[in-house]
Amino acid sequence: MSKTEEVITVSPERPSLNFSNILHKLAHLSGDDIFEVLSNIFACTALVVIVLTGIVLIRGSLPVLGKFGVGFLTGVDWNTTLGQESYGVLPYVLGTLVTSGIAIGIGIPISLGIAIFLAEMAPTRIRAPLSQIVEVLAAVPSVIYGFWGLLVLRPWIVNYVEVPLTASLGNLTIFHGSPHGLDLFMGGLILAVMIIPTVSSISKEVMMAVPSSQREAAYSIGATRWEVVRMGVLSYSRSGIFGAAILGLGRAVGETMAVTMVIGGALGPEAVPTSLFMPGQTLASLIAGQFNEAESLQLSALVGAGLALFGLALLINVFAQFMVWKILKVKAGAVE
Amino acid sequence: MAYAMGLFCVVIAIVPLASILVEVIRNGFSTINLQFITSLPGVPGETVGGIAPAIQGTLLLIGLTGLIGIPAGVLAGIYLAEFGNNKFGRAVRFLNDVLTEFPSIVVGILISVLLVVATHQYSPIAGAIALSVITLPVITRTTEESIKTVPNSLRDAAMALGITRWRTTVSVVLSTARSGIITGVLLSIARISGETAPLILTILGSNFFFSNWNQPIDALPLRIFHDAFQADPFTRQQAWGAALVLIIIVLTLNVGVRLATRGRYSSSRTRL
Repeated sequence: MSKTEEVITVSPERPSLNFSNILHKLAHLSGDDIFEVLSNIFACTALVVIVLTGIVLIRGSLPVLGKFGVGFLTGVDWNTTLGQESYGVLPYVLGTLVTSGIAIGIGIPISLGIAIFLAEMAPTRIRAPLSQIVEVLAAVPSVIYGFWGLLVLRPWIVNYVEVPLTASLGNLTIFHGSPHGLDLFMGGLILAVMIIPTVSSISKEVMMAVPSSQREAAYSIGATRWEVVRMGVLSYSRSGIFGAAILGLGRAVGETMAVTMVIGGALGPEAVPTSLFMPGQTLASLIAGQFNEAESLQLSALVGAGLALFGLALLINVFAQFMVWKILKVKAGAVE
Repeated sequence: MAYAMGLFCVVIAIVPLASILVEVIRNGFSTINLQFITSLPGVPGETVGGIAPAIQGTLLLIGLTGLIGIPAGVLAGIYLAEFGNNKFGRAVRFLNDVLTEFPSIVVGILISVLLVVATHQYSPIAGAIALSVITLPVITRTTEESIKTVPNSLRDAAMALGITRWRTTVSVVLSTARSGIITGVLLSIARISGETAPLILTILGSNFFFSNWNQPIDALPLRIFHDAFQADPFTRQQAWGAALVLIIIVLTLNVGVRLATRGRYSSSRTRL
């Protein structure tokens, strides 16, 4: 290939890949083409990993799915005794949903408060430092959250939240039990703290992407500051905020270590969530706790639990990415 | 009123962070000395011991992950920025974002089934591959974003000199985008230093130094996880010490990068 031709192929228009193009390139491979193919291959890694995960998880859980069928999803037993093996993941699916629900219930309102404050109200001088500090929360390793939850937060929550609630409202099933702080509530609470930086920073960006004409319009009809936020900003950015919340949910569903350390590690029928103050188990904590000792059918059951978690997380994340993308594209170039 | 509520929410978020930092420093500080970071973990009941294998393991994993994850992530990022302006590029970008939010335990299962269960051997390599999968989308993303900030005039200038495209990308574009890429790499190293779940399934944890490529090794997060549940006060004290060492590594990287770049890279670009 002569120099002139090469300059043409690298002009800023960048020819798109199509079949005839590829054939042509195979015939005239240059350093540039090899470079493009190489970077192309690595660009496929994300796709390969996701597809491979699906294949590995489905193949690995075939034995247990073949033996118990739908019963694997609806069963509550977890019996590893050889000969009477029986596996069902319903309690852990429910445990995952309950802890994530608590995380969303506590974490989302706080995150929204932070986002509104940082995007709309805080003086410019403290805005950047405060957002940075909140984002440092995301950098703290999960195992440290778990360790802190176990040794620092747990005694405090038992004394000031769980014991009073059980004493006063113990007749209600969800507050029933003898609180010792290794339970679904602690798991959900730790998750709430952990999703705050994610949800608040995305919501903040979504809010900052709202055109100022929205705010000006609200101010011009005499709205107060809160009304401006509510009518001009929140209603305009609600699908992005919804996406941020769903992304937070995805994090909560997949989070492993911190939850494993404070949830109590119940198994079988006892892991079916009835009270917030009883030990529970999530899909992720079940896998982390048992995977290394598991053999044959139990291993297959754990891979099956992984498949359930993978499906749940994938569903939540794809949905969330769509929601967030739609909004952030508005400010194309600056954010996206 | 709304102002006070917003401020209240910020305070609620900062309290756990402050509490974690205060408690870890208060409890861990007295534990850390030269002997602690250079010796093997003690037997329960004894009062001498350290976390040297854990520090060694974490450094080894960071190095290996860097070897695998950085080239892969940077090349993928180059693809997205230089060639990815088409349907396939958009699909990759989307999958990349999905992979960023993948539960790390699922990555652990994937690598464990492929490498550990198949061979019945825990290994540092398996751990490093799992961590590479976790860093890949982050490095890809930051590389793409920083390459996109390189003005086209630089590329044009290089090409006007008759330099081929790949030379242009490597010598001109990458070196101009260098600081952004390094930022992404450092942030992802900070993230994987504290990653625990996939390591349980791939390197298991150990009381000894690295001995062979098919033997379990230790890592700081695994040491904390393991020691946190021991009733023995000395072992628990070791966990505080390990937590302090880990938090120093992670926050030095993370906060250092943030201070150095001063918000040039907004959170959506380097979302961790």
